[in-house]
Amino acid sequence: MTTVQASPAERDTAPATPPTQRSSKVPHALILPAVIILLIGMGYPLIWQIVTSTQKFGLSSQFSGVAPFVGIDNYVTLFTDPVIWAVVGRSLLFCIVTAAITVIWGGLFALLMKAAGKVGRLILQICLLLAWSMPVVAAMTVWIWLFDYRRGVVNYLLNMLPGVEMDRYNWLDTPGTFFLVASIIVVWMSVPFVAFSLYAGLTQVSDEVMEAAQLDGSNGWQRVRFIILPMIRPVLMIVLLLQLIWDLRVFAQIQMLQDAGSGAGEFDLLGTYIYKLGTGGGDFGMASAVSIFVLAITIAISWYYVRSLLKEDEN
Amino acid sequence: MATLAPTTQAPARRPRDPRRIRRILWSAVAIIAALIWVFPVYWMVSSSLLPNRTLMSFIPTFFPGAETTFANYRNVVADGSFFSALGMSVSITLIVVVCCLIFAFLAAIAISRYKFRGRKSFVLAVLLVQMLPAEGLFIAQYKMISSVGLLNSIIGVSVIYIAAVVPFTIWMLRGFVAGIPAELEEAAMVDGLSRPQAFMRITFPLLAPGLVASGVFAFLQAWNEFTVALVILQSNSSQTLPLWLRGFIQNSASREIDWGQVMASSTLVAVPVIIFFLIVQGRMTSGLVGGAVKG
Repeated sequence: MTTVQASPAERDTAPATPPTQRSSKVPHALILPAVIILLIGMGYPLIWQIVTSTQKFGLSSQFSGVAPFVGIDNYVTLFTDPVIWAVVGRSLLFCIVTAAITVIWGGLFALLMKAAGKVGRLILQICLLLAWSMPVVAAMTVWIWLFDYRRGVVNYLLNMLPGVEMDRYNWLDTPGTFFLVASIIVVWMSVPFVAFSLYAGLTQVSDEVMEAAQLDGSNGWQRVRFIILPMIRPVLMIVLLLQLIWDLRVFAQIQMLQDAGSGAGEFDLLGTYIYKLGTGGGDFGMASAVSIFVLAITIAISWYYVRSLLKEDEN
Repeated sequence: MATLAPTTQAPARRPRDPRRIRRILWSAVAIIAALIWVFPVYWMVSSSLLPNRTLMSFIPTFFPGAETTFANYRNVVADGSFFSALGMSVSITLIVVVCCLIFAFLAAIAISRYKFRGRKSFVLAVLLVQMLPAEGLFIAQYKMISSVGLLNSIIGVSVIYIAAVVPFTIWMLRGFVAGIPAELEEAAMVDGLSRPQAFMRITFPLLAPGLVASGVFAFLQAWNEFTVALVILQSNSSQTLPLWLRGFIQNSASREIDWGQVMASSTLVAVPVIIFFLIVQGRMTSGLVGGAVKG
């Protein structure tokens, strides 16, 4: 609609090079709806959160409407409280380990796609696509069913191995196996994206170069290390980065595993911890401070990616 | 877009024998890996087709065969809560897709066809917002929505969803708009069309694939969203499909669950997603890592 009104002005100023008028109001009118919705849906909550993170905003504040200003007290608590530190440490460890496994596994699948014949590659690609397209919540219900301690297939199959006694073993009972299961599920969901991205990168490595390297007597590992890795470095970096960011936000997965198992504090990662602080405990001051912390980590990790996208925009 | 296709296909090169054997071996490994990876999806569908008494047995049935039944699906559909959740999900998804497409389309035109003051900050804001996790803002969004009395309403959750999805949609559409040379429009204008006419007749049809891809992306986001929905849609009557599905799992440790029905429900939620996802998958990868792949 806005383009209609403004079009005569454009034609008058510079018909040959449209994208350069500075006086025109058109582009500002065009981005207005997006800006408004972003300000409402993201901007306002973000500012509220920054303000609240400097307040003692507990359950009582909700009724009295009074939330005293406490400066950086919430952040001091965040960095000194052993319980929160345990959650932060667990989240970062989970995120880094899961992302690393995902990228390595995805890389192996990408190499496998390249090494396999047409049929093998196609079957692998179709199956990975199916896994990739599963909605998170549906994937979680299936995995919880697979790991069910009464009739789950995983226990059944492990039990068939000689010397392994897994009958009625409850995976979600202890934090160690709980997070192992969470990690397996997240890796399963994320590997397809990594595999396809890295495979797309691999197809850019020319066969001639590989053959030349082979003739020069290099072995498989050397070819991966000295030819493939340097050539797919850019895409590898971005995939790793995205994976780190995505594995930090695993709220749905952890929440559903807690639904099926135990919701005790030792099973919390940052997402579920914030959720409990906010909705369960009503401690919005602390919940805001932890949320800001999560946002800060995310921005720090994603900075390189955002910069590379900005460069892409400038071209 | 075509980056997924192998660039060099060895033309008529007859493979020497050891190479061929190696290729077949790797293919076998690939197929085994594929079957392991797809097993959970298979297990969802297969369990959904089995009667409850078979699922209650301690020995799993791997192939439904003669026991195949659609009773689980009938039970799911007979329960009114499914259609209530479906209605919520469809309404929210529709609103999000339509609004995202309109807003993102306008903004994409602005940033790819115009230079203007504030352009760089706007692009930076769009890129940063798309990285922000829902976990980092959902408590604040919950407070905001509840303070204006929109908890459990379609509007409240839609506003948050649109704000969360529109950045990536803008970014995706920007690529499509930038791919259509402005010269095409100008040529049409030289031929006597006005700018809006030129836009509607030349650029818009070329943008159709981009709009479809971005629309599907918005659909997937809104349809699958769980985190924000959990805090904003708290009453049972306003549940979306993901929340409804979660309801089956809650407290499953302490009670017996009708897994056949849960798997049938999961399948019903997943099928539209799988179909739409397959339509746009090529663009998903190239949209996220496109620049890096082309080097």
